[in-house]
Amino acid sequence: MAEIHINEVRKTFGKVVAVNNIELTIHDHEFMVLLGPSGCGKTTLLRCLAGLEDVDSGRIFINKEDITEYPPRSRHISMVFQSYAVFPHLNIFENIAFGLRMQHLPNSEIKKRVESSAEMLQIENLLDRYPAQISGGQRQRVAVARAITVQAEVLLMDEPLSNLDALLRLEMRAELKRLIKELQTTVVYVTHDQVEALGLGDRIAVMKNGNLLQVDAPLIIYDHPANAFIGGFIGNPPMNFLPAVIDDRGIHVEETTLTLDLLPKGFKRSGSTQNIKIGIRAENIKILPSSEKNALKGKILVVEPLGSTNLLTVILGNERIKVNTHPDEIYLTGGEIWLQMASNKINWMDAETGNTLA
Amino acid sequence: MKKAHVSRVIGRTGTYVIAILLVVWVLLPLYLITVMSFSTKSGVYIFPKPLFPQPISTETFLFFINSTGVLKSALNSVIVAVTSMILAIIVGAPAGYAVARYIFHGRDLYRLAVISTRAFPAVILSIPLAVTFIKWGMYDSIFSLALVHTAISLPFTVLITGSVFAGVPKDLEEAAQTLGCNGVTAFIRVTLPLALPGLAAATLFNFVGSWNEVFSSVILTVRNRTLPALVLASLNVSPLPYRFAGALFMLLPSIVFMFFIRRYLFNLWGRVVK
Repeated sequence: MAEIHINEVRKTFGKVVAVNNIELTIHDHEFMVLLGPSGCGKTTLLRCLAGLEDVDSGRIFINKEDITEYPPRSRHISMVFQSYAVFPHLNIFENIAFGLRMQHLPNSEIKKRVESSAEMLQIENLLDRYPAQISGGQRQRVAVARAITVQAEVLLMDEPLSNLDALLRLEMRAELKRLIKELQTTVVYVTHDQVEALGLGDRIAVMKNGNLLQVDAPLIIYDHPANAFIGGFIGNPPMNFLPAVIDDRGIHVEETTLTLDLLPKGFKRSGSTQNIKIGIRAENIKILPSSEKNALKGKILVVEPLGSTNLLTVILGNERIKVNTHPDEIYLTGGEIWLQMASNKINWMDAETGNTLA
Repeated sequence: MKKAHVSRVIGRTGTYVIAILLVVWVLLPLYLITVMSFSTKSGVYIFPKPLFPQPISTETFLFFINSTGVLKSALNSVIVAVTSMILAIIVGAPAGYAVARYIFHGRDLYRLAVISTRAFPAVILSIPLAVTFIKWGMYDSIFSLALVHTAISLPFTVLITGSVFAGVPKDLEEAAQTLGCNGVTAFIRVTLPLALPGLAAATLFNFVGSWNEVFSSVILTVRNRTLPALVLASLNVSPLPYRFAGALFMLLPSIVFMFFIRRYLFNLWGRVVK
């Protein structure tokens, strides 16, 4: 049982506001990912949770207990560092056993638990080696094993996969997810990698400039970002944005007018004419050979065969957008096509603020 | 293309010539001193100097060691060096740790102040210090001298230990804290073992510094001379064998120390722990 409640936490470094009055509840057994570009304050927030930074104001609760003033060792947490922070002067066994030794457990118990964690991470044959004698990927496993061996209620991870090469990262990502599911601890995971965030998290908290922008399940964040920044930050390729004007006759995108029934039911118009931004993902655009209702005319600028998809760059009036198509569909550069957006996947955003309207 | 190649060869040759000259400049006297120290007493006076002692003999060396006061002074030197080395590390290492780990107001100023104390001439310091020591009844004591040596070596101890501690990643200490350590146990279990080789190097550095320090030793002691003070005082009136053997005896700890500490001296300002 570990529910984390972050209450109006603020942390500044000099004039820089790293964490700006953040309010966030992380449920028991939840895998929460803090996602954002570098410098957004996600690591600082994690370090505040760990007790490695003092907060300027606000409180942090774990299981309703106010731990704001507690030192790291009294917080029921363990942490995996970006640099792994494996102790170079101790062998792998002693590294993993470090937390247990601090609890003065009997040797037999320590041995049992170290071996079980080592087995979970498949490093049981490395126990008598020293960190300098193993690879980066193995050190990463040691760092995770060391953190889970203490069986803390909350596991904090600070970009644990960012120093691994791409292939290893892919493998470790899946393994981490399986492991955490097995352990059933509450996890707070910091990353700037949106793929990692989507793949691992039960929920994602997107941060920017010290502010929390959106907290939601991965697919909701992906399909319905709270603003244009999130849409552009998450997903590869990033979300397409098309400027448009709504008036009584319809939705005007470039030279085409789309019908008003494309607007979602709850959409409230602010005036007779309204400037908006349409956000649509590359895979939610259908390509048609000829004009149809609510289709936009475009011209293919670039075709990139990426194996699993053909990525098209299409010119739409003055705008360029990316469209994902099935790899078997052949398109020629310079060809004229018609694009139809999946109406339930369109994000209607304010032209100026970029905030989602409905 | 060809021109660039030629200029590179010239550049490299030049570098080697200068390097070799520098090495010869430093090593030749050391070599000659060693040769002379292991010659017979009469062999010392031969000119031109032979490249190898002929015959090899410990006569000269033993003559120096058995001279009046040498052993007692050597013992004094060791006591002074060990005392000041311990005091310096006890006082200096925590300061070095603070400089390495904490960002506090005036940290850069503090660093500068630490270095600038080195600019204070020992001459100006020693005379009033002698007066003060006489007043306080501390004059002519090797422990008073050890205190002075401690003061002299402290700035470097702070800087060197500072860079040693800076070489131990802060992450490691923080990891230890999340695993149940408080600040002190994290330091003892993680930082200290990793910093130990560097700290040992800093300590040896102080030992050699004190062992070789002569100015305040001459001024602050009369009967309880340290070895350099004794050698300096008797240099004018002593025969050549005494001088050569004395020089070698003074050199030895430094040379041994250099071999020990080489690695740390090379990356004194960089990362010390691998």
